[in-house]
Amino acid sequence: MSAVRTPREVLLNRVAVVAVFVALFIMLAPIYWIASTSFKPRNLATTVPPTILFEPTVAPYVKTFVKRSQLRGPVEEEVYEAAPWWEQLVLDGGEKVVRSPSGEVKPSGYGQRFMNSLIVAVVSTIFAVSMGTLTAYGFSRFKVAGKDDWLFFILSTRMLPPVVVAIPMFLMYRVVGLNDTHLGLIILYTAFNLSFSVWIMKGFIDEIPREYEEAALVDGYTRMQAFFKIVLPEAMTGIAATAVFCFITAWNEYAFALIMTNRNAQTAPPFIPSQIGSGLPDWTVIAASTVLFLIPVAIFTFLLRNHLLRGMSFGAIRK
Amino acid sequence: MASITLSGITKSFGGNRALRGLDLDIADGEFFVLLGRTGAGKTTTLRIIAGLEQPDSGTVAINGQDVGGRNAAERDVALVLQQYSLYPRLTVRGNLEFPLRSRIRKFSEDEIAARVEKAARTLQITPLLDRKVERLSGGEMQRVSIGRAIVREPQVFLMDEPLSALDAKLRESLRVELKALHADLGATFLYVTHDQVEAMSMGDKIGVLRNGQLVQVGTPTEVYTRPRNTFVARSVGTPQMNLMHATMGAGSARIDGQPVDLPVAVGEGEAGRALTLGIRPEDLVLEGGAPLEARVFDVEDHGVIKILTLDIGPARLHATVSAKTHVALDEVVRLGWRPDKVLLFDRATGENLAYG
Repeated sequence: MSAVRTPREVLLNRVAVVAVFVALFIMLAPIYWIASTSFKPRNLATTVPPTILFEPTVAPYVKTFVKRSQLRGPVEEEVYEAAPWWEQLVLDGGEKVVRSPSGEVKPSGYGQRFMNSLIVAVVSTIFAVSMGTLTAYGFSRFKVAGKDDWLFFILSTRMLPPVVVAIPMFLMYRVVGLNDTHLGLIILYTAFNLSFSVWIMKGFIDEIPREYEEAALVDGYTRMQAFFKIVLPEAMTGIAATAVFCFITAWNEYAFALIMTNRNAQTAPPFIPSQIGSGLPDWTVIAASTVLFLIPVAIFTFLLRNHLLRGMSFGAIRK
Repeated sequence: MASITLSGITKSFGGNRALRGLDLDIADGEFFVLLGRTGAGKTTTLRIIAGLEQPDSGTVAINGQDVGGRNAAERDVALVLQQYSLYPRLTVRGNLEFPLRSRIRKFSEDEIAARVEKAARTLQITPLLDRKVERLSGGEMQRVSIGRAIVREPQVFLMDEPLSALDAKLRESLRVELKALHADLGATFLYVTHDQVEAMSMGDKIGVLRNGQLVQVGTPTEVYTRPRNTFVARSVGTPQMNLMHATMGAGSARIDGQPVDLPVAVGEGEAGRALTLGIRPEDLVLEGGAPLEARVFDVEDHGVIKILTLDIGPARLHATVSAKTHVALDEVVRLGWRPDKVLLFDRATGENLAYG
């Protein structure tokens, strides 16, 4: 840190600060928009100009999770009084909660789609990162015949837009019965993320001096033990960075999820727009499901933030 | 304890031949130093003995047993490297315990603690035991690294330039400690270095390696006083041995371009032959009436001695003289040598004629 700063530096610093705020505003504005919409009553969601001040309501979140239908007429007083608070919120919006003949509330399906998203994203991330790390270790440490060609081949799987293969994949999946299964999506996302994972992890593992493992080999450990005891802890930063990327990709994936799944294994991304349905779209419900959908990625990234910071700089800080 | 025998070791990396039929014998309990420049094959030799590298051909025997089929873990050798030698994220204690916790050893907790304690005491690192290795200085790291080698009490210690990353003062003190440790343990040490001072001061024996082949093996004195060829002559000793073209006479030699003959005690029957003649700087003498005329080009005062750079005609020589010698730059002095110290090398091959 230099203690003395020239006026020029001070000016540059100010400009940088302003630039950061502008960038921050541009990035955060949509999030504010979607988050504020998710707490608005339905009639304020699409006003022009946008409503800034309003009385927040959790009705959109309630509606996100329950199955609803349009009310034909006004609600009877005693029915309204007997309903719990959250059901009253739905009735206030001119809709009623759909119940089974035995009186149980029918869920909207969002909760299940959300769980599907979690399962598929978490499992495919674990697969992609662990397989990628092992593959990268092999490429980094051993003589592999045609190593560069293999690496290029692995990378080349990234070179076409994945949607191009969606139809053939769909047909193949139908034959082997992987359509609309969690496993099917997990395999797809793992395959898609693997190339990325191998390349990133190879970069990280190349940076770890092989002397560490060799010392362990001489000290009486097997290659595998040396890998787990020495290399893996050192590669943690890279693993965290790769995991975040893979998780986000799998979590946000829309096209394949839309084509390959419908009821059983559908993830949240194709489900959220499907709620628009017919009639007037209820944007507050879309907003609420989207906000909920943002949370896991935020938590995941937040937990790994220390690793990420170091990870992005690719070992420039180490040593 | 163990002897090491390499026979006919060949190793290539790609098209690059690192070792060409290397034969090497290291006796049990010996402190053997492999001296060579970068790329001479020192580290490769070490790695092959350790089992980290597979030779293309040839055999490695430890204690008379061929260890070709054994992996690094099974060879019972310890390795100390120049850097990156400690496991990161572990404490000093963790590092020292690491080799003892290997599944192939099965030591009890008490045994582990006792061995770590003992190694730490030997190397005076007991106060560091609970520190993270990232917080250690270079010297402390190398101490711990050596500690990690000795806890196992292996048959053979392999050291790959363990001191070359340290500063000069530390290097000197660790040099002494390593020698003491060797005397203490009585194990076989193979020490690789490019530093001839280290080689001369530490080794029971020195092996000079060049282009993947051993040029000479001998005690430091042998290598210093009777180098097998001009390469070895240049490799050991600072300042370097003076080498100059000369033509032999009867019991004398004439340095090319000089008007006078100087007496030599060797090379009988070589009269008329054109040779390369070698003389150590300390075997040159400055005295009135000596046959050669030299001009003082530079004087380095090292306290105990002075190193003079002298010009005789177009040739430049180094001479080490007593610090009491007073000469000025550009002064013209008379120069002679000790006739019995002169070495003769074949001019074409560089081989020392004394080895016939």
